[in-house]
Amino acid sequence: MRPQIHPIPSGTRDVLPDEMRELRDITEAIRAVFELDGYGEVWTPALEYEEVLGRGGGAPPAYRVFDDHGEVLALRTDMTVPIARLVATRYQSAEPPLKFCYFAHAYRGVRPHRGQMREFLQAGIELVGAPAPHGTAEALSVACHALDAVGLRDYRIGLGDASLYPTLLRSLGIAQQAGKALMDALVARDFVALQHELGKLGLGDADTELLLRVPQVRGGPEVLADAEGPVAGAVAGLRGVYDRLAPEVAQRVIFDLGLIRKMGYYTGAVFDVYDPALGAPLGGGGRYDDLLGRFGRPLPAVGFALTIDRLHIALTGEEKAAALAREPAVDAFGGVQS
Amino acid sequence: MSTTGALTIAVPRGALMKGTLDRLDAIGIDTREVRTNDRKLLFADIGVVTMRPSDVPTYVEAGAADVGITGKDVLTEQPEREIYELLDLDYGMCRMILATVDGPDPSAEALRRLGVMRVATKYYKTAAAYFERTGRQAEIVEVKGSVELAPLTGLVEAIVDLTATGTTLAENNLVIREELFASTARLIANPVAHKLKAAAIDEMLEKLRAL
Repeated sequence: MRPQIHPIPSGTRDVLPDEMRELRDITEAIRAVFELDGYGEVWTPALEYEEVLGRGGGAPPAYRVFDDHGEVLALRTDMTVPIARLVATRYQSAEPPLKFCYFAHAYRGVRPHRGQMREFLQAGIELVGAPAPHGTAEALSVACHALDAVGLRDYRIGLGDASLYPTLLRSLGIAQQAGKALMDALVARDFVALQHELGKLGLGDADTELLLRVPQVRGGPEVLADAEGPVAGAVAGLRGVYDRLAPEVAQRVIFDLGLIRKMGYYTGAVFDVYDPALGAPLGGGGRYDDLLGRFGRPLPAVGFALTIDRLHIALTGEEKAAALAREPAVDAFGGVQS
Repeated sequence: MSTTGALTIAVPRGALMKGTLDRLDAIGIDTREVRTNDRKLLFADIGVVTMRPSDVPTYVEAGAADVGITGKDVLTEQPEREIYELLDLDYGMCRMILATVDGPDPSAEALRRLGVMRVATKYYKTAAAYFERTGRQAEIVEVKGSVELAPLTGLVEAIVDLTATGTTLAENNLVIREELFASTARLIANPVAHKLKAAAIDEMLEKLRAL
């Protein structure tokens, strides 16, 4: 008999018991860390009113439906906006700081590839009412504790500031429209286009050089040493965060002055989590000090999300690399060296 | 991505290969073995992997190569790739063009009388984006082989294709009507390697920039 094929939507997948056990190990390890650090787990509906998600300014929803009253509903694209809504409506007068964590699926209209589904499970926290720098430092510490608990050894955290480049553009008196072309090039990670757009502005050599060099600065704390002028404020902010980190967290940090996250709600420090075993970030987060205000409860906030599938891929990749390292005759390509 | 300090470099086969190997030699990577061995694809000693230019973004995005070299035409056709474009290497110069048969422009007439022009290309996304941007309706016909044949047989009124010298176009009685953009070789990097191997990538970038 021919098997019947019942397809599932592109970018979604089934998880069977062997994989599920491994995913559970990861989420349970993270849940224990979040619980210990005082973050209470919440659920919110996967479907929200599109207007509510739009107010938050996250990634645009990819899946929309009409309900029986003709209202437009959308599948959430992250948990940050739903939790901002939750705080503003359910915790109207609660004394901050408020600490929440979640393990929830989010949905985006991406091109599906390894570690990037259209439906994906995230684990994350939102720390509401804790301003920079100590709130940011706490979020980074929780992230590291979670990654340690998962068993990752080689991860690093790229730390930048979403306000750095816009501030730099404003201080050099670059018009909004020209500034947008530069920001678009940065978001597209296209330094050739950035140089090209800068060439059109007719700035002095020193300003052009500064605008091209700053977003390519990345490395240890030594790269912050010669930051001055218009970037000094953001850099001082990053140093303030760094100085509050415990050594085992601080040693994971790579400063990255060109770091851009695509969500529109970030206002200050932003970070991405990297592991050499995967070609894409495992997750990331940052400060969104304006977001709660859009829902009527202005409070500074910071949070992060880790994509469980990517943690799992990185974990298996690290295991493989470690096994390879124990057999020195085999090189990184799997070929035997003489 | 390899976990060792050295970079894995994706090198394009075909028209960009010689220029790429020349530059790798010039920055101190000995590519003699790559030049003499046409069948081998992976050269672990010098961290070089060779592939079709259109595969370079795939390997670099996934981190199977840390950095790579490919044409801007390839990158324009794969705009959704999560990679860094670091440097215009200024060789492999060619142009993405719109061409039709010589004489009165048949694509203009098709647009005027039929409301839509038919265009054959190997660069579907590039062409679709271009006609959208210039406010014209076009039916894009994707072909895999010689694009020049399509307007000669009446399949389409125009083609969007890459040309370096224009010789093949001229031999087929085709003339360039519009230039979409000029393309050169670009150095691209995986976003995670760009952070975790920053020193090695910046060193390579500086050496290439100094050539």
